[in-house]
Amino acid sequence: MTPVLQTRNLSKRFGGFFASKDVSLSIEPGARHALIGPNGAGKTTLINLLTGFLEPSAGEVFLKGEDVTRLAQHQRVKRGLVRTFQINRLFAEMTVLESVTLSVCERLGLGWSWWRPVGDHTAAIDEAAELLATLRLLDVAHEQTRSLAYGRQRMIEIALALAARPQVLLLDEPAAGVPTDESRELFETIAQLPRDVTIVLIEHDMDLVFRFAERISVLVGGALLTEDVPEVIAKDRRVREVYLGEALDG
Amino acid sequence: MTIIFDGLAAGMLLFLISVGLSVTLGLMNFVNLAHGAFAMLGGYTCALLLSRLGVPFLLAVPAAAATAALAGVILERTLYRRLYAATHLDQVLFSIGLIFMAISTAHYFFGATQQPIVLPEFLKGQINLPGLDVGIYRLFLIGVGLVLAAGLQWMVSHTNFGAQLRAAVDNPRAARGLGINVDRVFTLTFALGSGLAGLGGALGIEMLGLDPGFPVKYIVYFLIVVAVGGSGNIKGSLLAALMLGVFDVAGKYYLPQVGAFVIYAVMVVMLIVRPQGLFGRSAAK
Amino acid sequence: MTPAKLDLSPLRRAAAWRPAEYAFWLLPVAAFFLFPKSLALLSQIAITALFCLSLDLILGYAGIVSLGHAAFFGLGAYAAGLMAKYGWGDPLLGLAGAAVMAAAAGFLTSFLVLRGTDLTRLMVTLGVSMMLYEAANKLTDFTGGVDGLQGVDIQPVLGMFSFDLYGKTAYWYSVAILFVMFWLARRLVHSPFGLSLRGIRQNVGRMPAIGAPVNARLVAAYTIGAAYAGIAGALLTQTTQFVSLDVMAFSRSAELLLILVLGGTGSLYGALIGTMVFMAAHHFLSDINPQYWQFWLGAALVLIVLFARDGIMGLLRKLSTRARTSS
Ligand SMILES: Nc1ncnc2c1ncn2[C@@H]1O[C@H](COP(=O)(O)OP(=O)(O)O)[C@@H](O)[C@H]1O
Ligand SMILES: [Mg+2]
Repeated sequence: MTPVLQTRNLSKRFGGFFASKDVSLSIEPGARHALIGPNGAGKTTLINLLTGFLEPSAGEVFLKGEDVTRLAQHQRVKRGLVRTFQINRLFAEMTVLESVTLSVCERLGLGWSWWRPVGDHTAAIDEAAELLATLRLLDVAHEQTRSLAYGRQRMIEIALALAARPQVLLLDEPAAGVPTDESRELFETIAQLPRDVTIVLIEHDMDLVFRFAERISVLVGGALLTEDVPEVIAKDRRVREVYLGEALDG
Repeated sequence: MTIIFDGLAAGMLLFLISVGLSVTLGLMNFVNLAHGAFAMLGGYTCALLLSRLGVPFLLAVPAAAATAALAGVILERTLYRRLYAATHLDQVLFSIGLIFMAISTAHYFFGATQQPIVLPEFLKGQINLPGLDVGIYRLFLIGVGLVLAAGLQWMVSHTNFGAQLRAAVDNPRAARGLGINVDRVFTLTFALGSGLAGLGGALGIEMLGLDPGFPVKYIVYFLIVVAVGGSGNIKGSLLAALMLGVFDVAGKYYLPQVGAFVIYAVMVVMLIVRPQGLFGRSAAK
Repeated sequence: MTPAKLDLSPLRRAAAWRPAEYAFWLLPVAAFFLFPKSLALLSQIAITALFCLSLDLILGYAGIVSLGHAAFFGLGAYAAGLMAKYGWGDPLLGLAGAAVMAAAAGFLTSFLVLRGTDLTRLMVTLGVSMMLYEAANKLTDFTGGVDGLQGVDIQPVLGMFSFDLYGKTAYWYSVAILFVMFWLARRLVHSPFGLSLRGIRQNVGRMPAIGAPVNARLVAAYTIGAAYAGIAGALLTQTTQFVSLDVMAFSRSAELLLILVLGGTGSLYGALIGTMVFMAAHHFLSDINPQYWQFWLGAALVLIVLFARDGIMGLLRKLSTRARTSS
């Protein structure tokens, strides 16, 4: 099977400092893949490189076999590679339904349509409402995004990405800052996503990672330390040293 | 040659007026378009002291600078600091509002005409060298400018206040973390910048003129100095101001058809190609 | 759970015309009968309102700040003036020519404002408009320079309504164009394209991540805004049969920004109401004393920035929410 997402010797240098170093990664279709590593290991940077948010200093990114290294962010999104952000990037003054409709409209290629009002694009609105229903956000559909509690906002962060109908979804610490019970709900939602969506997840809570992921890659100092199934990773001495030890201490 | 000399003198005035704008922009990321109003205040104070009260020139000029500095402190404490966190657009609108108020106030008290200025005898006249006529006042301006630029540079690189200023420009957040009172540094810098602008305005009556439209007439020039010199960069501001002064005077002399056009074009190209300015962004350099 | 539970009408009907809007557009009709002696001023208000609308499209919706929007107004004014001078005096043709001219300039310069901070954009737009101003100033053979462009001869609108001494034709013509352009802008801001512009303004970093080509959208918005400004400039030329150099002046750009902020950005009606209030205040206060007017204008701007950032529309919105909650 061709990997749905693959990198070859991907590197990113800030001045003299490597935030990503020679990362070669390969992710199978339908994977539930976790990316772990201590703070500053370069996990977010890697997602930035994959999605085109940052330009790599060296190396390539392949999506479904196609070299997308030179493509702009929105072009990669059109090809099915979608991310969420570690720190919310939402449309503060729109209602929740408007935000998600915006994302649906972009996916449907309606972004240039300027004559008919949004309200007349019934298909887009219905789809947005349906998505809100799955994410249990219907009750706040007409609320302004900025007026919502953080946990709900985190959910909208994911809704915006799902509205783009990702084939590969990159989630950067989706539950960061969310209260425990809400974070469980959030992960249930993620776990219920269909198998034709490949998921790459960055997460610090090891319980969640081991419950969710089928493969785990460990990043340290920008470089890939190892990659394997959770059982092996859990026993890996180097991983325990650089990562788990620290997590247990902290 | 004479033209270059005139250009350098005009450049020194631009430097004195703009350096405060550059540093406030570098330090607090604050766009104070009304900076020229402080120069105008200095100019009118000086003119008033000279013509109505008969104060000698060499006393009137520092008094003008002090008045502008005082106005700077008062406005910074009462109004400007409320807008540090605001968007650039808000800061621009706010300072345009101040400009309007300054212009109409000046108009109300002094009328629309250019203020005349009578220089003291010892600054009048020319030195005639073969192939070069040097106005004594031009020479005086260049001298004052160089002394002040050197003084500023020394202050920034050798005093405690300068060290705090450098740290605050380079990274305000880290400077706060180090226990530097950035707000106080800013108030002082703002006062100093306003004072220098007032000084430039006073010394500049003879070359740049003085009427209520002053703060708008030269706005673009001040912005060019900042854009080319790099915000927060003292030496960069000096070089940029001198270049601008020479180009401007020479352009008006040799190419009157295109003069100002080229200057605006240079600013736009600069902003696109090198947004940090020709000389980078740092008070230390 | 099914989406059927959710009432979708707030979004479905967001673009429907409200009673207050119908009432608003009766104002220009009423004004014609109430102030028949002030038609020249009223035409000016309509033209400035259109100009302000154009800035609202690029600033209030796309979020591009500009200190040089008068450049496009001036280009449109000169384009229409020159066309009329050289025998193409049909007003609608003049508007079209001005729109194309300004749109072309907007398109070309839009690439300069794509990147950069607000400050860079402010300075770049200012610089570009100063360049055009200087060009118009120096190309005296073409523009008349500081003396202005003379000999602008405008034919009757649609070949039927010639411009009369009382300014009746000029007024109805300006108001009609304003209304048509407003109606188009209103469609635009309520469309998915308009929604994407709001998205860019509210969070430019998120838009590419949901698949939107931000730069292309900004180029489009800036070009449209420029075309609108060009049409406003052409209207001024056609109704006054003259072009003066100050159509491009910095003060016009700055004043426009101020009018928009006074009215409130990002709501279209803010641009219209801001213009009405501003022009009326200007008319009455500067009659008393021009300096007096400028001082209070500056003071008002300072106060708006400090205390009422959402302008008149913001106040109206607050009042209407209060009225709704108390009733
Ligand atoms: N734009 C940037 N400029 C300079 N350094 C950066 C930038 N982005 C990230 N870094 C550095 O790269 C390293 C990796 O950061 P990041 O990818 O955010 O780590 P993680 O997400 O694993 O916590 C950090 O040391 C960070 O300071
Ligand atoms: Mg991270």
